[in-house]
Amino acid sequence: MALINTLLEVNHLSISFGGLRAVDDLNLSIKKGELYGLIGPNGAGKTTAFNLLTGVYKPNEGIIRLDGKNITGLKTIEINKAGIARTFQNIRLFKDLTVLDNVKVGLHNLYSYSTLSAVLRLPSYRKVEKQMDKRAMELLEVFGLAESAHLKASQLPYGKQRKLEIARALATEPKLLLLDEPAAGMNPQETQELMSTITFIRDKFNLTILLIEHDMKLVAGICERLTVLNFGRVLAEGSTSEVLKNPEVITAYLGE
Amino acid sequence: MAFLSYLINGISLGAVYAIIALGYTMVYGIAKMLNFAHGDVIMIGSYVVFCVVSMLNLPVWLGILISVLVCTILGVTIEAIAYRPLRQATSSLTVLITAIGVSYFLQNVALLIFGANTKAFSSVVPLDAVKIGDSLTVTGESIVTIIACIIIMIVLTLFVNKTKAGRAMLAVSEDKGAAQLMGINVNKTISLTFAIGSALAAIAGVLLCSAYPSLTPYTGSMPGIKAFVAAVFGGIGSIPGAFIGGIILGIIENLSKAYISSQLSDAIVFCVLIIVLVVKPTGLLGKKLQEKV
Repeated sequence: MALINTLLEVNHLSISFGGLRAVDDLNLSIKKGELYGLIGPNGAGKTTAFNLLTGVYKPNEGIIRLDGKNITGLKTIEINKAGIARTFQNIRLFKDLTVLDNVKVGLHNLYSYSTLSAVLRLPSYRKVEKQMDKRAMELLEVFGLAESAHLKASQLPYGKQRKLEIARALATEPKLLLLDEPAAGMNPQETQELMSTITFIRDKFNLTILLIEHDMKLVAGICERLTVLNFGRVLAEGSTSEVLKNPEVITAYLGE
Repeated sequence: MAFLSYLINGISLGAVYAIIALGYTMVYGIAKMLNFAHGDVIMIGSYVVFCVVSMLNLPVWLGILISVLVCTILGVTIEAIAYRPLRQATSSLTVLITAIGVSYFLQNVALLIFGANTKAFSSVVPLDAVKIGDSLTVTGESIVTIIACIIIMIVLTLFVNKTKAGRAMLAVSEDKGAAQLMGINVNKTISLTFAIGSALAAIAGVLLCSAYPSLTPYTGSMPGIKAFVAAVFGGIGSIPGAFIGGIILGIIENLSKAYISSQLSDAIVFCVLIIVLVVKPTGLLGKKLQEKV
């Protein structure tokens, strides 16, 4: 049974593509407010696990529970509404939209007005759009993106695009935020900044964060617990310091 | 003066193409498919106006309203029944061929109900022709068409760029998967796109049949194809592109009818398409194609 303070409970999750078991019997139990890392060599099935959690793929076996609710097999939008949001390994912003509009897309389901009031530009439409602008700007400020609000997303430098992806995901007001290699392509200084941003938003938005990362400095610096995947299977799990000392993990990572 | 009058007629014809092209371009931009049944929705819309106004003698505004409603429902239904089940299809040819099938289906349904005889469509535009100077007269239909087109362009541009539903459309158009993961309902967004495109088709049908007052089950097909050319010409997927493409196409068609040959005008129009595609494959305002590695 899921404990009261467990946010994400994954049991025996598996998926095969043809003969390949990309994720094989994955078990995860993430507490509310935890910063949890999912690590492993390339091709270990980490991103596939994210795709299973967000409903992009349907698992062959296993159960995913979010806050006690079974969300296995739900559609991606329903899972998003249930409270999971994510970023992508290869940034997938809406490049031709402005930075502000990217965040406002994330706010889509939290605000409403009728299409008719929008066409006629009635006061109700203006009021809600103003509220959305305000909320989106608040989020952008957290990430230091407020001055870039009216640029196209594609005009942002790489590091800021990664931050904007997090802001857009946060706009959907998730309980669980999945970050897929948030530090990929960042220099050490940017990574340092990102680490403090991640812990900051966890506290500010009462989030639980599950992240995939290759940058061991980031993982060791902010993750409280880890699961290590190798060839789709769990190789080790536990507190960060223990897992990183595990000889099997070191072998899998550093090679023979 | 003659030139000016040809030009204005061309702009007016082009305005109709532009309104139709919006339907093509929005559906392509958002659902990434070519809806070749779009022209036939125009024809159905025109028959609805014909029935309501000419046969039942009801007021014109009611005819237009009913026509817009019927076309909107028709467009959304076609999408839900014929196209949506194919959205996961591996080949985009599947849905293209389905669209052609839907086009023939609509033409033949109209043929069954209304017969092949040309129906005389009486203009629904109450405005008289305006005389400017001594030799230039602009028909009421031209004026109404051009104004309608400008209003539609402005409203649609604002709608797409400044509203929640519009942002959802742009997001789906760029990255369906990412939009879904941000909680955007892709099916609903695509339905809305079809609804808007088909409502515009109804309006285009009324304007077209008012300017060229004859109605057959094939009325929609040629303007539909030309509007598709206009959309490609302006850069398919782009709303201002549809506008510019439509207007330029209308002008080319009318001027070549006037100065070159009325029989060759269609050939000239399609030649222009071929040249544009050779020189600038993405059209005038089209985006560069992004190759995913």
